[in-house]
Amino acid sequence: MESIWFILVALMIVAYAVLDGFDMGAGILHLLIARTDDDRHTIVRSIGPVWDGNEVWLIAGGGTLYFAFPVLYAVSFSGFYLPLHIVLWLLILRGIGIEFRTHLANPVAASLFDGLFALSSFLLALFFGAALGNVIRGVSMGADQSFFEPLWTTLLPWGETGILDWYTIFTGLFTVIALMTHGALWVSHKTRGDIRDRASSLADRVLPVLGIFTIVGVPLTVFVRPATVRNYLEYPVLFVFPAVVMMTLVLAWKWNRSGRELPAFMASSTYIVSALAGVAAALYPALLPSSYGSQFDITIFNAAAGSYALRVGFIWWGLGMALATGYFIFLYRMYKGKLQQESMETQN
Amino acid sequence: MNDALFLHRIHFAFTITFHYLFPQLTMGLAPLIVILKTLAIKTGNDAYNKAARFWTNVFGINFAFGVLTGIPMEFEFGTNWSRFSQLTGGVIGQPLAMEGTFSFFLESAFLGLFLFGEKKLGKWGHWCAAFLVFLGSWLSGFFIIVTDAWMQHPVAYTRLPNGMFSVTSFWGLLTNSWALIQYAHNMCGALATGAFVMAAVGAFYLLDHKHDDYGRIFLRVGVVAGVIASMAQGFPTGDLHGKYLAKHQPPTIAAMEGLFKTETGAPMVILGQPDAEHQRIDNPIVVNKVLSFLVYGTTTAEVQGLNAFPKDRWPTNIPLLYFAYHIMVGLGTVMIAVMAAATFLLWRRMLYGARWMLWFILLCFPLPYIANTAGWMTAEVGRQPWLVYGLLRTTQGYSSNVNASNSLFTLLGYMGLYLMLGILFIFIMQREVFRGPEQTSRHSTEAEIQITTA
Repeated sequence: MESIWFILVALMIVAYAVLDGFDMGAGILHLLIARTDDDRHTIVRSIGPVWDGNEVWLIAGGGTLYFAFPVLYAVSFSGFYLPLHIVLWLLILRGIGIEFRTHLANPVAASLFDGLFALSSFLLALFFGAALGNVIRGVSMGADQSFFEPLWTTLLPWGETGILDWYTIFTGLFTVIALMTHGALWVSHKTRGDIRDRASSLADRVLPVLGIFTIVGVPLTVFVRPATVRNYLEYPVLFVFPAVVMMTLVLAWKWNRSGRELPAFMASSTYIVSALAGVAAALYPALLPSSYGSQFDITIFNAAAGSYALRVGFIWWGLGMALATGYFIFLYRMYKGKLQQESMETQN
Repeated sequence: MNDALFLHRIHFAFTITFHYLFPQLTMGLAPLIVILKTLAIKTGNDAYNKAARFWTNVFGINFAFGVLTGIPMEFEFGTNWSRFSQLTGGVIGQPLAMEGTFSFFLESAFLGLFLFGEKKLGKWGHWCAAFLVFLGSWLSGFFIIVTDAWMQHPVAYTRLPNGMFSVTSFWGLLTNSWALIQYAHNMCGALATGAFVMAAVGAFYLLDHKHDDYGRIFLRVGVVAGVIASMAQGFPTGDLHGKYLAKHQPPTIAAMEGLFKTETGAPMVILGQPDAEHQRIDNPIVVNKVLSFLVYGTTTAEVQGLNAFPKDRWPTNIPLLYFAYHIMVGLGTVMIAVMAAATFLLWRRMLYGARWMLWFILLCFPLPYIANTAGWMTAEVGRQPWLVYGLLRTTQGYSSNVNASNSLFTLLGYMGLYLMLGILFIFIMQREVFRGPEQTSRHSTEAEIQITTA
């Protein structure tokens, strides 16, 4: 039962990364590829109807984590106190940037909201990536299963760790690049004309950088935390994840070049899914490793709720997910294809 | 008082108080929008459809602010109250996760359907969408109430050897009798907010001689809903809630009423300031025997005062609790009076011309917001010194690994951010109200066309 919930929580986090990932990506490249106010409006519109639904995966994931693994929820959220609250602020700022840009037609206000949207998206990706890096690296948590991470200490991924060190900054930048690619492929899929071409050519230039990050990332991770290879050596079938990661990277690059926008975006989605699945496979059964040794790890066994709670949860969670999935299929169907061009006169 | 504990409490109190300004309006407006849609179908008058669009737009803005300020709440259980969430996640993790998984998805899904599907769905389909928005937002509120009710009156749990709480009956948790009463009382409060705001906008339009037709619609619906909601808030829901409180949290009700000593035929204090040090009420205006009657139904019953309980079970801030409760009840009474007078004038067909009454209705729109906030303060300050009543003390629940300075840092961050949010909110709402239903309607139809042709 605990393992099933590990997979379900991981699935929700992956769904969040893929879906809200392109929203953040669109935000990161927002000011890079848009030249006119029209362009910027188009980018915001490309995620307009879906972004809040995408963000709900974070809320649902957080709630599910709370109920299925209360110990992990409590220990990690208080331990990652500062970055978590900063992420929450950024989510609020991003929401304002997207939602109220269209409410206030004033160009000065629009610039402010554009800036908020872009900056908060960039920082969100950076912080989420650094958070992932922290989970992989482990935190300084002893037998009392309690820790508090300052924002940074010595910038080294050993001893008294902080949120930011060279490894987690690396994973943060890695995430920024990955989501930027993802967002560029989304924008090129949703738009036409100049803005589509600029998004596509940005993806074309960034994808090789992402390839380098991916290739460098693996040995760095093993170097920082050798235990990550244990599951892979024991179950070599897991190597399918890194294989898919490399394959989808190449495919995304190729399909983007040949103008097959939707397949390219799907390849990039699969890239994110398999990369995160690879990380989850390396961690299992740990949920949050301790940098002081694996005997202090928080695992699915010492963090899970009672078995009755997990069983009951399974019923309503399944029902909720069925409804949510149905809704998402409906939403993305209704919203499929390219955005219509729109002149500014119809706006306000 | 322990600094870190104090700051963690203020942190949660501040963010939740600000957050709840938005959901109380969305939950209150949702059924009123359904009523407007029903009137549109029954009368065939398109003005009701435009009125519904206007309020849906207001709903949408409030919903967005509610979501933005709501996300931090879900995480604050873990960040600021980690020992509490570690111990109780096995119980209240359920309703909180259900809120996130179910209602949030449903609410945003149906809201999208309602906002952009008017043409595609047809009039009955659109009515159903409105109804589902109402259902989604009220379901959301229910899960949150279940969570709080469990902290007030824990049921359906067992304690594991390591001290953790674990749920034993899912239905027992959802049908906690405390939750049902609290829910009824809370939803009347939300409905009152929706009704007062709708009536106030209507009054403003009539006073301003703009959008007169809509002003009358808003007043009619708002006043009728307002009188029902404010009365039901007092009786039966408030009355029942009080009796329940007297049964399960007797020190709390004693502190709320400022009753320091046990008395038979206990009086009710209408006005006065409690002096917790000397255990008396300063400047009191009291009505004899009323408290005994309200709690037990007879004027001679004995009501336990604070002196009947050991001091470590007394609420930690008696004056705050006393004032919050008295503000809630006082404003609730004013609300009933205003809405009853307005209903009388509406019935006599004099309301639209009675400018003094319109002024009253306009100026009274903050009252339900204040009363609801004070009511929640009564509930939560009254629960002290416990997190889970009788079982887990507040001093045992906060994140001891997060020191006072970090808590203060993020508290200040939220204060600054929410100040900006508040200004933005007022600015946007002011625009929408001034623009009026005709304009809103034109805009939302345009948005719909853009979406459906995309």
